[in-house]
Amino acid sequence: MRWLLRKDLLILGRSRLLVALLIVYPVAISLLIGFAISRSPSRPAVAIVDETPPGATVDVGSRRIAISQYAQQLFDQVDSVAVPTRSAAVEKVKDGSVLAAVVIPPDIAARLSSGITQGQLEVIYNGNALEQSLAQSTISSALAKANLGFSEEIQRGASEVLGELLRGGNVGVLGAPGNLVGLREIPSLLQGIITRVPLGRDRASLERIRAFAGFAATNLAASRSVLETVGQPIAVKNTLIQGRRTPLDTFAVVVAVSISEMFICVLLAAGGVALEREENALARLLRGLVSREGLLAEKALLAACCALVVAFVMLAGVGAFVALHWSRVGLWLAALALGAAAFAALGVAIGALAREVRAASLLAFLLSLPLAFLALVPSGAVSGAVNDAIGVISFLFPFKAALQALDAAVNGAAPAIGGSLAHLAVLAAVFGALARAGLRQGS
Amino acid sequence: MSATLRLSAVSKRYGEREALRGVSFEVEEGEVVAIVGPNGAGKTTLLSILAGTLEPSSGTVAAPDGAVRVGWAPQQTALYSKLSVAENLRLFAELEGIDDPRAAVERMLAQTGLDDRCDERVGRLSGGNRQRVNVAIALIADPPLLALDEPSASLDPAQRARLWGFLDAQARRGTAVMFSTHNPAEAQRYAQRLIVLADGELLFDGTPSELLAASGRGAAGALEDALLEFQQGSLGS
Repeated sequence: MRWLLRKDLLILGRSRLLVALLIVYPVAISLLIGFAISRSPSRPAVAIVDETPPGATVDVGSRRIAISQYAQQLFDQVDSVAVPTRSAAVEKVKDGSVLAAVVIPPDIAARLSSGITQGQLEVIYNGNALEQSLAQSTISSALAKANLGFSEEIQRGASEVLGELLRGGNVGVLGAPGNLVGLREIPSLLQGIITRVPLGRDRASLERIRAFAGFAATNLAASRSVLETVGQPIAVKNTLIQGRRTPLDTFAVVVAVSISEMFICVLLAAGGVALEREENALARLLRGLVSREGLLAEKALLAACCALVVAFVMLAGVGAFVALHWSRVGLWLAALALGAAAFAALGVAIGALAREVRAASLLAFLLSLPLAFLALVPSGAVSGAVNDAIGVISFLFPFKAALQALDAAVNGAAPAIGGSLAHLAVLAAVFGALARAGLRQGS
Repeated sequence: MSATLRLSAVSKRYGEREALRGVSFEVEEGEVVAIVGPNGAGKTTLLSILAGTLEPSSGTVAAPDGAVRVGWAPQQTALYSKLSVAENLRLFAELEGIDDPRAAVERMLAQTGLDDRCDERVGRLSGGNRQRVNVAIALIADPPLLALDEPSASLDPAQRARLWGFLDAQARRGTAVMFSTHNPAEAQRYAQRLIVLADGELLFDGTPSELLAASGRGAAGALEDALLEFQQGSLGS
């Protein structure tokens, strides 16, 4: 086996383009996927046209809320690009420099202050169905957050007015007389008067007014709490069933490393076995010089070692930018090693079935890419039957188990690493047996 | 001369098809034996069984000393094109478990006349030189019998002559050489003995002159015509 390994290393060393492709391509692909996963919720570029007059406010009781405050909240949700006019915003959307544009019309303050009509914004977007969907969902999310902030301001203003009505005194509402009696004071004031009024119709009427004032004061006080609840009726409490919460960045690293390991391992192992056939050397080797098991083990070992080194270097390299727990490095290596073994076994099985290197590489690529994507489809994102089918496929091939093992090793995520490692060991044995059968059939 | 290899009632089946049917013969030390016959006659199957890359369905392949050692050169050269001539030889010398692989490589380089091209990658060699390396690998463990599947099929006349000069030298050293060919002239010129196969059956085993005599053409006749008549007659009977 030593001489076969030496031979394969020599051939690899002389196939520089192949080596470069085997390393650069999966690393590039995995980094792209990693970035796509970790960067997708980033703030989109949105042009904002604020047509409101400077200093425009919405009056809520004694409180004046500047429209610019709302615009600022909107700016905070997106990568805002301030543009002076609607036509300039349309141009920016057309040339693709922004995802969409939001126009805040000049009459928004008047509409909001009227208390009768809603304020209205204009959202301008362009592009194909996917881009339109992305623009709509992104802008809706940003507007929802900005609206929430603005409605909190309005609710605070309304709450203050209610407080002043309850307390009395000099209420800040425009046109209100000075030193108003507070609703809370009315029942006790009336009680003092009632005791001095003789029994009769007048006293009964005063009793009714006192009861109403008490009832109104109690309910207005309660409505302040109701206003706070209506501002954000449902709060979210997060509960993770198993394992630690994995930051998206470190999960993206795990995905990127797993994909690289899979590509390098599967392509190298499949190509290595297929090369023996392509060079017509397989029959010569298998006539007693090397056993089938020895040949497959050598190819798998070479591929697994190369993939393990690249994957570990990637993980360590990315560790410089993302916080990883180096105390778990033993678990990383265990997950990477078992993953590499299972991928290598899959690779030699593909190589044993294919007749030539190009066919083996194509088959390895065509199989690996969908496996990676299927394993990343969140359960519940597709219908039950499709989800079950994806689950079965992901169970039969090593990518998902390798991803889970590495996620558990790096992030302490669930499921526990032991189960995934055992799964990978079983898959390595199964694909190894398939490779042996394929080699026997082919030779 | 002593027998190097003995085949007894060797048959090979691929499902329903019988590629070889009860073939028996012996090969002597230093003998050059040509296996001739039409396409599908069973020549490659027979050589593959001799080489140990195929198991016979029935029958035995045995050597007098017990260990069947056959050097095998398949029809398509089985070499690593990205390795040099010397690296290819060294690899197979190591895999064969030869005591002094370095010396074996030097010996084969000298015998093939490729010493000056030992560092050249095999992928850059001509077809003739690749075939010489292919045969040299078959000979590297110094086997008593060399099995060659159509060794000169892709060679020009000069390359063919050089290959046969090399093989003739091996035979004179005592290595038995068995080769398959579609070229009756080559068989007549280089083989001491012919084994004629058709439809998996051994039709004739003897010298070229015996085949000519059997076909009634005499020693000066054309072997190609004799072979054709012989095969057609035998198949027809």
